Amino acid sequence: MRLLADLFLLAGALLCLLAAVGLLRMPDVYNRIQAATKASTLGSVFILVGVGLLEPGWWAKLVAIIGFILFTSPVGSSTLARAFHRAGVAVWQKGQS
Amino acid sequence: MTSNPAFRAAPARAYVIGFGTCLLAWILLTGTLAASELAAGALVALVATAAAGSRLTLLGGLRLSPAAPLHLVRYLGYFLVQLTLSNFDMARRILSPSLPLDPGMVEVHTGLRSELGRMLLANSITLTPGTLTVDVDDDRLLIHWIDRAGGTDMEAATRAIAAGFEQRIRGFLS
Repeated sequence: MRLLADLFLLAGALLCLLAAVGLLRMPDVYNRIQAATKASTLGSVFILVGVGLLEPGWWAKLVAIIGFILFTSPVGSSTLARAFHRAGVAVWQKGQS
Repeated sequence: MTSNPAFRAAPARAYVIGFGTCLLAWILLTGTLAASELAAGALVALVATAAAGSRLTLLGGLRLSPAAPLHLVRYLGYFLVQLTLSNFDMARRILSPSLPLDPGMVEVHTGLRSELGRMLLANSITLTPGTLTVDVDDDRLLIHWIDRAGGTDMEAATRAIAAGFEQRIRGFLS
């Protein structure tokens, strides 16, 4: 159980790191939002699952938190993306520097 | 004013679902089924539902059939698989030195009619491989696609973005 919990925590941390690397490498705002949303959402979920395995008494609260994250994180990303789109930020094209 | 769904009176079923959701959140957060906690939770859920009032119209699209929970579970399972795939896909793109991207905006039509259904679809698309919902305008979703499947059948590929989720969401939302 301890090992499984550690694996989940590690995977979650790696996904969050990946989100950060993605933020640095991606060429424009839309791709950055994509990289940050996907990796950090699953990363947070993995970390919470890991915590749940370490502290089985907390599972009900953790399920509620996972639910909130899964529901609100994409809404936040879409709202940001829409704001940039409405402000006229163009999509980066392949071959552009 | 009357044409705006936010100002229409919410159906009774929306209040029942709103109350149930609030109570469920209360039970999960307190982590106990003691009678006193349940009573306090019911009271808070009642006040919260009453305060939300006509905004609960949003929940009116939910279908309350015996098969609905089954469809919900089927949707969640599909969603979790897609979320995992999307992370592998994103990891591959972020970590490959050549940064394989060919982004563009595409438009997808949805057959879902309820606000909640469209919101759930938009959310799901944001968390699936390579796509991000940028705007929702009536039945059209504007989607940022990180890799436009280079020159293959664009129309079919675009439809496929939404089709998998739409078909599963339709089981419990109109």
